[in-house]
Amino acid sequence: MSRAAALRRRLATPAAGGLPNAHSEVEPPPVKQMGLLRGIASRLTTPLLPDDYLHLLNPLWSARELRGQVVEVRPETDTAATLVIKPGWGWNGSYRAGQYVGIGVQLRGRWHWRSYSLTSVPEHGDGTISITVKAMPEGFLSGHLISGLEPGTVVRLAAPQGEFVLPDPPPERILFLTAGSGLTPVMGMLRMLHRRGSMPDVVLVHSARNAADALFRDELHEMAATWDELRLHEQLTDDMGLLSMDELADVVPDWAERETWACGPPAMLDDAEGLWKRSHLTGRLHIERFSVQLDGAGGEGGTVTFGVGGKTTEVDGATTLLEAGESVGVMMPFGCRMGICQSCVVPLLGGSVRDLRTGDVRQEGDRVQTCISAAAGDCVLGV
Amino acid sequence: MAVTDIKAFCHLTEADVEAIGRELDDIRREIEESRDESDAAYIRRSIKIQRGLVVGGRVTLFASAFPPAWVAGTTMLGLAKIIENMELGHNVIHGQWDWMNDPEIHSSSWEWDTTCPSEQWKHSHNYMHHKYTNVVGKDTDVGYGILRVTRDQKWHPINLGQPLYNALLASLFQYGVALHDLDMEAIRKGKKDKRVARRQLKQIGKKVARQAGKDYLVFPLLTGPQFVSTLTANATANLMRNLWSYMVIFCGHFPDGAEKFTLEELASETPHEWYLRQMLGSANFKAGPLLQFLSGNLCYQIEHHLFPDLPSNRYPEIAERVQAICAKYEIPYTTGSLLGQYAKTLRTIWKLALPDRFLTATADAAPETASERGGTIQSLRLAG
Repeated sequence: MSRAAALRRRLATPAAGGLPNAHSEVEPPPVKQMGLLRGIASRLTTPLLPDDYLHLLNPLWSARELRGQVVEVRPETDTAATLVIKPGWGWNGSYRAGQYVGIGVQLRGRWHWRSYSLTSVPEHGDGTISITVKAMPEGFLSGHLISGLEPGTVVRLAAPQGEFVLPDPPPERILFLTAGSGLTPVMGMLRMLHRRGSMPDVVLVHSARNAADALFRDELHEMAATWDELRLHEQLTDDMGLLSMDELADVVPDWAERETWACGPPAMLDDAEGLWKRSHLTGRLHIERFSVQLDGAGGEGGTVTFGVGGKTTEVDGATTLLEAGESVGVMMPFGCRMGICQSCVVPLLGGSVRDLRTGDVRQEGDRVQTCISAAAGDCVLGV
Repeated sequence: MAVTDIKAFCHLTEADVEAIGRELDDIRREIEESRDESDAAYIRRSIKIQRGLVVGGRVTLFASAFPPAWVAGTTMLGLAKIIENMELGHNVIHGQWDWMNDPEIHSSSWEWDTTCPSEQWKHSHNYMHHKYTNVVGKDTDVGYGILRVTRDQKWHPINLGQPLYNALLASLFQYGVALHDLDMEAIRKGKKDKRVARRQLKQIGKKVARQAGKDYLVFPLLTGPQFVSTLTANATANLMRNLWSYMVIFCGHFPDGAEKFTLEELASETPHEWYLRQMLGSANFKAGPLLQFLSGNLCYQIEHHLFPDLPSNRYPEIAERVQAICAKYEIPYTTGSLLGQYAKTLRTIWKLALPDRFLTATADAAPETASERGGTIQSLRLAG
């Protein structure tokens, strides 16, 4: 997948969606009368919105920011759990299997944002959504999500997005190539097909360390038993080793004739891309990457992009983002230039930047003061 | 005084200034690293209290024709406006809570319950006032463009009306603040871009209309036959907020001991010298827990000026450390009772309505600001 696509993936954070200001109007509500009512009510609550009061009564009664409440935390394996979330007002409920959702959780007073694939079936059930999170060894937030969230916890949500979806109707022959938590978006698709009651000819090749570590194992086996059209190949890598792309034809002889959706660790996806490219089938491979490192992330300096698709400039780790923007003629908001007035704050849409005063690294989804921050690797600013 | 005179004024060496700067930097770092869920809970609790008071006040005023309800409703609404402007609006717009990364409690999205648009406030206050604190001719908070508060501002016959302007400013403070960033003086002198001024005026007009519409039209209408009593209640609540915020803000920089500075050599000021100017230019007042909360912790004006973007609930602990630094280096730390500080402020405003020749002290030895132009600094300091 290209870097632009990788960036899109990372833009699931709320910064990209544009955070409404207190004085700006909220998304047009689905029912016109609701809009009128809201308009009248906001005359009473100005400069706030009615939502700013209502969410104090019930955290879900706000359309100003998408919120959700954790209904259930269901362990899947020793290191993974499914979060069932009830979205609040402003969630329009439409998403497609395979898409991901941005989720913000508060930890030590700070909101942190991550994106996870939806594993629930769209337009089905009680209006809740679910994501399945696997604890990453280095991921403090994923660990908190699976073991630190009690039912009732309020989370923030960002609208679902993503291009990793099946066309409608789905192709007649499909290959799903997944590993580890890369199964999650595909699980959403399989559940949707299962619920619809029409399974095309599907092969799922899924790699996991061992049986205990394999996500949704019982459900998949049940599904495979129900549908003749669904074939499951489990690669338990502790015993069987990694599945190399050279061996793919042994497992799925007709792989080249199948439209393929692949999701898993970067190395696996790189190999898959190589194989499909060599076979001149690139157009038939759909890939979703979870952990894309922008080149040199966390390092010093990098390429700063001003607005998605906007001007770019290469900077070192000592040049402030404000200076960088001004040097290429971007109309940067500014004020004191010493980090005290917040006039220059812009959302960080991707990558990371360093606070030159404290050395702290700020991540995508944060809002940063450009006058005292420098690029820590490539980054994208919302200006 | 000139910025470069501060060292001499405080009997500090270059090394002292650096050492003080480092100690203050350490305070900032330690507070930043220790911000956690208890701070987040503090601001969320404050927001809940404030919004609860708004609802309580508005609902009670549906019986505004009944005098006890008028008093209770007005009090709740007035308190709500005070808390919103001071502890919430002022501090959130300073970015004190930006570290939470909460889009609803953030300097870039907070619009406060007063006629001044947040965007303009960020420029006139966060930038001009906090960067150029008390620099005569640069920080327009020095006298708010209509009051002479230091002998370095030239007297003009118009200053004779100061006691009156002061009373008007206090009563209509929110409108004074709203017009502040327009910078009337610059407009008068033709120094301001007309398009910018027009855009700002439009923005202010829109906000004033919404604010006034809410308090003087929509809510009074909703209470039907009690239109007038609801209107007077809302006007009184606004007046309460105006007087209180005026008083807190004026006690921050105008009592005796809060120094004013000259433009000369400002350009070469280092960040550590900036710290010193903030300490010398600001004044605290003593407050119990309630006044502290209602002042938005601006009873800790000195600490606020040193660290305008650190969470306000941490100012008390910061104050202990700042006072220790001031004691160690024998730097003045101006504080006093609220009424005492305000009395000194009022005395200065009334006194400076007169031209200097009617005043006993010279510009260099005036009580309201010990030394404006330097020169006799050392002797002054020795004379106490």
